[in-house]
Amino acid sequence: MSQPSHDAAIGAAPHGAAPAAVEGAIAGASIGDRIYRVVTTAFAWVVPLLLGLIALEVVLAAWPAFRTFGVGFLTSSEWDEVRGVFGAAPMIYGTVVSSVLALVLATPLALGVAIFLSEFAPSWLRQPVAFLVDLLAAIPSVVYGLWGIFVLLPVLREKVMPFLATTLGLAHTPFFSGPAYGPSMLAAAVILAIMVLPYISAVSREVLMAVPRSQREAAMALGATKWEMIRDAVVPYARSGIVGGIILGLGRALGETMAVTMLIGNRHEISSSLFAPGYTLASVIANEFAEATSEAHTSALMACGAVLLAVTLAVNVIARWLVWQVSREGK
Amino acid sequence: MSAPATVRPPRASGTQRAAAQRTARSLGRRRAVNVIMLGVMYVAALVAVLPLIFILWHLAREGASSISLDFFTKMPKPVGEAGGGMGNAIAGTLVLLGIASAIGLPIGIGAGLYLAEQRTARLATAVRFLSDVLNGLPSIVMGIFAWQFLVRPIGHFSAAAGGIALGAMMIPLVTRTTEEMIRLVPVSLREAALALGYTRWRTSLSIVLRTALPGIVTGALVAVARIAGETAPLLFTAFGNQFWSLSLDQPVSALPLQIFSYAISPYDEWHRLAWAGALVLIALVLIISLISRLVTRSRLGGGGD
Repeated sequence: MSQPSHDAAIGAAPHGAAPAAVEGAIAGASIGDRIYRVVTTAFAWVVPLLLGLIALEVVLAAWPAFRTFGVGFLTSSEWDEVRGVFGAAPMIYGTVVSSVLALVLATPLALGVAIFLSEFAPSWLRQPVAFLVDLLAAIPSVVYGLWGIFVLLPVLREKVMPFLATTLGLAHTPFFSGPAYGPSMLAAAVILAIMVLPYISAVSREVLMAVPRSQREAAMALGATKWEMIRDAVVPYARSGIVGGIILGLGRALGETMAVTMLIGNRHEISSSLFAPGYTLASVIANEFAEATSEAHTSALMACGAVLLAVTLAVNVIARWLVWQVSREGK
Repeated sequence: MSAPATVRPPRASGTQRAAAQRTARSLGRRRAVNVIMLGVMYVAALVAVLPLIFILWHLAREGASSISLDFFTKMPKPVGEAGGGMGNAIAGTLVLLGIASAIGLPIGIGAGLYLAEQRTARLATAVRFLSDVLNGLPSIVMGIFAWQFLVRPIGHFSAAAGGIALGAMMIPLVTRTTEEMIRLVPVSLREAALALGYTRWRTSLSIVLRTALPGIVTGALVAVARIAGETAPLLFTAFGNQFWSLSLDQPVSALPLQIFSYAISPYDEWHRLAWAGALVLIALVLIISLISRLVTRSRLGGGGD
């Protein structure tokens, strides 16, 4: 609220002997300033209002399903459009398992890239590698799906799955049993891993670069090797920011729709085997929403959306908070 | 052994010597670990870049042969007939991007101006945070929101609903890049304009915004490129259309929607079109990314980033 008085101070100087025309111009200016201020403030309000509106609309539309099925919506595996019974447990399971598996695959790689780029990449390599990894984030989901169907699935079906099951002899474990058709939880996790990698590595790189120089110099002065410096001085300093980046990647993976829908096989079942098809909250909406004829079915799908919305909101808030914390310290 | 008089430090005892040996040994081990770990990081960087190279290579190999003038102008042919293109889908995508930009750009740039100028206002902190959160919202949620908010009350799918859904997704992207670009404008420029008697709003619009314009345009392009490939928000809004339609009131086809339905179809001819469509999308994204890279680089003037 100090702005108006500041304006008055600027205006005060010429006031004394100012002709009427100038005074008019100054008055007009302050009206212009006020309009400008109101308009930009209104635009700024759009973001919170939009977020609120999205949450309100989705939750209201999901309400009938939540009221009918209660907690059972989250725990039941039955999904029958004809009888009008809906339980989202397989989708919740599939969403969580595919995303967590994707993080397990992507995190070590992403951290490796981030450390490589922030700590010791030769400068001629730094820009191109960072650009290429960032480009992974720019590829549309549907293109990942297309590539997944025609390139990744055959490779998984003919090479990776037999290797895991037979060569490594993991077929006896419940996680790698059953026939290897291709579309599966494993395929979804692999494509998700590729998709979230750039997010995790971008945030981690940013956080690592915010680690003060003195931290590195101190470790080096104590005789640490470069790797010891990274492990003992740099990474611990940036830890909560890196965790934030991983959680941010989790948020992306949980809500990813098209590529997963094209690769996960879309079956309403919970199977411990990663070779078996599954379902996610996002892909059940993508597959069934347009064909949902009954109010109950639409509402159940909206409820899936509401669960997804709540989880991703929470995940994003936590992640952003962690990242902000570190980058603020760095400054 | 007699102690030589010249040696100042006391002679190492047995345990000290052992410790020294241990240190020497472990120094060797530490160096080895160092080299191995640095090698692992190199490999990680290589492996991370591989999927991108594979994807681009497959797109070029499978898609390039189908790119022709017909692809951009003709309609898809019925199953079984060779040839045909994705003209209606490309036109539909352009319509959707037009609507989205008309909504997303003014709001995003306005909000970005606010954030850059009222840096410490409580609303600014909240908006900055919430636009990051909004940015992380799954696009499918945006899709069902737009359906519930626009399609259901109106009673049918429409290009307008799809465009608005995409526009809403653009807002947080444009807001943040605009803010960043405006912050790069030196404060002295603003002060000079104010000192010359420019009013605040004219300073902001014709001096600051204009200086930051190349960066903001780039940011807008990047946002457009990103939503151009979005499929999930269009599934229940623009819905897709087999025919030519540019009417805002009617369902409209879009490139990503078409790629999706062709990719999961059983026909080789459609797969071919899907690859070609994906190649066009990727080319768009790549070109815009390169442009933005060059623009932001030259703007920063080699000052490092």
